[in-house]
Amino acid sequence: MNRPIRVLAVFCGVLFLALLLNATYVQFIDANDLNSTSGNRRVVDEEFARERGPILVGEDRVARSMSSEDEYDFQRIYRQSQLYSHLTGYYSYVYGRTDIEQTANPVLSGDDPRLFVNRVVDLLGNQQPVGGSVQLTIDPAAQRAAFDGLQSLPGSPRGAVVALDPSTGAVLSMVSTPSYNPNRLADHDFDAAAKAYKQLNSDDDQPLLDRSRANTWAPGSTFKLVTAAAALESGDYSPETKVPGGPALDLPQTEQDLTNDVTSCGSGDITLTVALAFSCNVSFGDIGLKLGNDALLEQAEAFGFNDDTYFDDLRTVPSTYPKDADGPFTAFSAIGQGDVAATPLQMAMVAAGIANDGDVMKPYVVDEVLSPDVELIERTEPEQFSEAVSSGVAAQLTEMMVTVVEDGTADDAAIPVVSVAGKTGTAERTEDLPPYAWFVSFAPADDPKVAVAVFVENPDVPRDQISGGGLAGPVAKSVMEAVIGS
Amino acid sequence: MSTGSVQTVPRKRRGTELMLLLAALVVGVGAYVAAEVGYNGKIPDNVGTVAGGFAALALGAHVTVRLLAPYADPVLLSLVVMLNGVGLAMINRLDLDLTSGGSPAGPFAAQQLVWTAVGIGGFVAVLVIIRDHRRLQAYTYTLGLAAIVLLVLPLVPFLGKNINGAQIWIGVGPLSFQPGEVAKIFLVVFFAGYLVVKRDALALAGRRILGVDLPRGRDLGPILVAWLVSLGVLVFQRDLGSSLLFFGLFVVLLYVATERVGWIVVGSMLFGAGAWFGYLSFSHVQARVTGWLDPFSDADAFFQIQQSLYGLAFGGLLGTGLGQGDPTLTPFSYSDFIVPSLGEELGLAGLMAIVVAYALIVERALRVALLCRDAFGKLLATGLAVTFALQVFVVVGGVTRLIPLTGLTTPFLSYGGSSLVANWAIVAVLLRISHSTRRPSPSVAPLASDDATQVVKLR
Repeated sequence: MNRPIRVLAVFCGVLFLALLLNATYVQFIDANDLNSTSGNRRVVDEEFARERGPILVGEDRVARSMSSEDEYDFQRIYRQSQLYSHLTGYYSYVYGRTDIEQTANPVLSGDDPRLFVNRVVDLLGNQQPVGGSVQLTIDPAAQRAAFDGLQSLPGSPRGAVVALDPSTGAVLSMVSTPSYNPNRLADHDFDAAAKAYKQLNSDDDQPLLDRSRANTWAPGSTFKLVTAAAALESGDYSPETKVPGGPALDLPQTEQDLTNDVTSCGSGDITLTVALAFSCNVSFGDIGLKLGNDALLEQAEAFGFNDDTYFDDLRTVPSTYPKDADGPFTAFSAIGQGDVAATPLQMAMVAAGIANDGDVMKPYVVDEVLSPDVELIERTEPEQFSEAVSSGVAAQLTEMMVTVVEDGTADDAAIPVVSVAGKTGTAERTEDLPPYAWFVSFAPADDPKVAVAVFVENPDVPRDQISGGGLAGPVAKSVMEAVIGS
Repeated sequence: MSTGSVQTVPRKRRGTELMLLLAALVVGVGAYVAAEVGYNGKIPDNVGTVAGGFAALALGAHVTVRLLAPYADPVLLSLVVMLNGVGLAMINRLDLDLTSGGSPAGPFAAQQLVWTAVGIGGFVAVLVIIRDHRRLQAYTYTLGLAAIVLLVLPLVPFLGKNINGAQIWIGVGPLSFQPGEVAKIFLVVFFAGYLVVKRDALALAGRRILGVDLPRGRDLGPILVAWLVSLGVLVFQRDLGSSLLFFGLFVVLLYVATERVGWIVVGSMLFGAGAWFGYLSFSHVQARVTGWLDPFSDADAFFQIQQSLYGLAFGGLLGTGLGQGDPTLTPFSYSDFIVPSLGEELGLAGLMAIVVAYALIVERALRVALLCRDAFGKLLATGLAVTFALQVFVVVGGVTRLIPLTGLTTPFLSYGGSSLVANWAIVAVLLRISHSTRRPSPSVAPLASDDATQVVKLR
């Protein structure tokens, strides 16, 4: 009987070896995957109880971890929460992370490979791991100006502001109203957090939606900048080229006419500069028909339309320009109606591209990554997204946009001494819904420091008084002043 | 029958056992203190009492061996004491979580300590009562019948209790007991005694297929009975693990007794058929298989195995440290899932140490079987070793997703009195066989020894 017993001894050895190999697989090889599976409470709990690094704006820690007396050790606190909620996002036990709390999570939680040395030191010193911090590019004064500007409009409408540094793409302000208080969602009292979450989600004004980047709207006449850029780039147009003015444009293949909202577009031909200054639909509809949809599509995509890759730091939806809207639809597209839809971020990039000699920079909001000891680990290098127009065309467009502010529809955005380049937009919707009010601009026109897009979704003023210049212009003006003044 | 190529040295080695035992106590008591420090940050007040009590129990077992089985294997007892100690420490640590979390379950540690005392008492009793393992052979059929009765007991109305879906418990007043754990030992004795007698007949070769001599058709009776009884356990008690254990045990012993690989072939085919039948007929078997193949397909249905895997992964190589993980997120972290609890807090390193400790127990037990001079003792020791090995493989493999999950207790570690008492008894029987194997040959022993009582002639 000894031979079978020996066989059995080997067989049992194999069984135990299988157990050891399998344990190695689960605890070593597959461990990372298991640890990053969503819904893994151990990992969530452990990370939630860590001292997370702060999110910095200027010198201010707009999000930071404070010791708490409960089982999770640290409570996330958001300062000036209404102002920065859509940037910081929230870090909730139940609802997870959003915005910078999510995209910069590896750094903030301390798991980032670049913080590896710190982790080892923590481990050896028997210290709890501490997260690194991120410094945002936000200019606190511009952020405040943008938020207050939107809030002070009649009826505190829904809207958004994005301000960029045209030469780098750094986001100087990014605001969406209405805002919310992330502290209520980060509450360790999970019932209270659940109540707050439910309330925010059932609010018709959708305070959790970041209107600056997470949704698109018809850009209206601000899109005429893109059409004008395509026209100048084609070589067939200059600022002095005569284009049709007058009250109406006969659209091909339809009974419909395209009409002007204003009477300043004359009765015959006008220059391209005048057409832009008074935002003449007839002129730009005609340009669109002549250039064709493909030319407009190409120009729009050069500014970033139909692309969702240019903004790494925060989740963004792509702005859209229709690929096959030919015939009369091209005329509507050319004036920013129809199937054209843009985020305020995208329209700020259009302005910033023109301001930066035609080069569009990739926007970014994380300026620096810092270790827990506040050592610099990485600083974001500005990156070019595209060359949307030549520098010559950019100069012509800038001059035309200055005329818009000085002589045209956007005199509300004029700043004393400084020359401002801008473009208004009023995007029509159905008869019973108020139009969107837009304004994009940059300043100073000769040496641009800031490019702004302001968007108001539901202006609370009588319909005939809604205009991009009148409503959104002053908001843009105060943001630009805040940047230039600082 | 040969005595094998290994020459036995008639040395008692009790001093070695004592040293190993002290090391095992350091591990067990150390784990207890480390877990309390890890959880509360302070050394428990009752450390003296607990350590003293546990050490007294272990030393009592050692003294019994010294007196009643002085030539027994010196490694087994210390391994078992270590596992029992680590199990107690872990259960105590899980109690801290369960009570602070307001769980209705627990605390378990005090009861487990009582059961440890009962188990060691049983260990002493077995060594006292069974002075020669060969006497057990006389009770082959009595114990076989007793095993069947014990297996059927939970099905008796008013006596049986259904706990967590398995009808394997009996309840007397507030006490619950799993008779299957004791039946397991009786079955090993029965199989060994039966096969010793029948093995010559069962070894006759029948048809030869692919180089393997298959048994004769007329000899298939016993294995079919074992197969049907195992299926009965699966059908009526819904106890997949025990069903598998009983049948596996019989087939392996059949193979060892007859030295015919053919029985493994027949056994595997019957197992395959039984497994297929079980899979088709029982939704709970299907759920186990699905939970094994794709544990993340259903967050609720496979919560337990998911949590087990998360816990193991969270522990990683070195573990979170005792008292610093979150093992109670896994349901039954103190019983069926105590191995993942240990893996989480002691890491892969600790889990490997535990698996290796089990492997050592099994291999030492098989060594006892190899050296044993009588066929009954060989089969008995092999049977006990295999019971242990299969049980550890099935439960550890199940909770680490090597094989589908089946409910079996983890010997010496998991909470549960029946299992603890039964496993201590198994160790006592093994030490008894080991003693008779390693002691000086009876031929050189004085004539006045208990040779007169031997029922099996030694060659």
